[in-house]
Amino acid sequence: MEITLTTQNFENEVLKSEKPVLVDFWATWCGPCMRQAPIVEELAAEGYSVGKVDVDQQPALAQQYGVMSIPTLIVFKNGKEDSRVVGLTAKSDLIRLLGE
Amino acid sequence: MEKIVIIGAGPAGISAALYTARGNMDPLVIYTGTGALEKAEKIENYYGLERPLSGQELFDTGIAQAKALGVRFLEAQVLGISGFDTFTVKTTAGDIEAESVILATGGKRTAPAIPGIREYEGRGVSYCAVCDAFFYRGREVAVLGNSDFALHEAEELKNVTPSVTIYTNGEAPEFSREHSIAVNTMRIQSVEGEQTVSGLRMETDVSALEEGEQEASFYPADGVFVALGTAGSTEIARQMGAELTEKGHIRVNENMETTIPGLFAAGDCTGGLLQVAKAVYEGSVAGIHAGKYVRKRNADRS
Repeated sequence: MEITLTTQNFENEVLKSEKPVLVDFWATWCGPCMRQAPIVEELAAEGYSVGKVDVDQQPALAQQYGVMSIPTLIVFKNGKEDSRVVGLTAKSDLIRLLGE
Repeated sequence: MEKIVIIGAGPAGISAALYTARGNMDPLVIYTGTGALEKAEKIENYYGLERPLSGQELFDTGIAQAKALGVRFLEAQVLGISGFDTFTVKTTAGDIEAESVILATGGKRTAPAIPGIREYEGRGVSYCAVCDAFFYRGREVAVLGNSDFALHEAEELKNVTPSVTIYTNGEAPEFSREHSIAVNTMRIQSVEGEQTVSGLRMETDVSALEEGEQEASFYPADGVFVALGTAGSTEIARQMGAELTEKGHIRVNENMETTIPGLFAAGDCTGGLLQVAKAVYEGSVAGIHAGKYVRKRNADRS
């Protein structure tokens, strides 16, 4: 299951996580984001740590991480941004980013 | 509701139309111009041509052939496609609902490589006003382009911010209707910024300046939305969320289906050989499988 991220739980779930975490910034009105959703859902089902930020609900998080285009996918490792991709991204590419 | 809408009337689009018409799918073809064929003066490497034909002749013959089979045509520009289960094709002649869509508008228009566009993707440069307008509420935005596609994107942005300007990069504006968006026709030198986009630097036309006159060459903008040319297959697919290949072509499987169910692509927009023969093959395959998709969809629902 993906974690619904908010300003309250972001630090605990993402920055303090021992595993790499994939964070998907999305919104309901964005077509490409809706196509991205089943892909990150699969990753979560396969055991990867995946969090989702609804930019409509959490504009502060989007602003803090400089998200200006969605979907934006950021991989956090050891509490730091490790890599980010903008636009719909294939599952294999995300696995590569999580694994590196 | 249309069963199958085909966008583009070149070799791929017409081949798709022939196969879907023969399969009783009553397709509608939406098209604007001749595309790459217009530039082909002489085609002599295509099967069955006793004498070389010009691209224009081949294009016209294709349309006549499809019309003879009862295919319907609509001359209009496509502005974008939305929807999830079925599709809404937005055109300059109104919205059209469709169960399946085949993209066959040809290859990418060679957009001028403006320095900064690639570097600032996701940091102020965007390709989807619907997706990203949210981030620019009340801020200054630029739309690059000169056609109804750019106007459509600009009006989408106008819903969230009053400061929207269309920059045509030296091209003449080609809007088919009246509008209230500011237009700047200067040539763009680069997209500038630091962490994120800060604005557009213009080429200064020194010869146009009076002696001692200084022309402002920097136009601030927090966001730059790219909508150059008409909305081609690739731009439409990208906005819909279909996957593109690393080279920027539309990703398709062996049935010419994109990563979105019911959305097909054929011809130059899928990459590979830019040849009539390849476009004809892909259009035929897309037509056959779009027909199968629609029949299965209707069988599943009844």
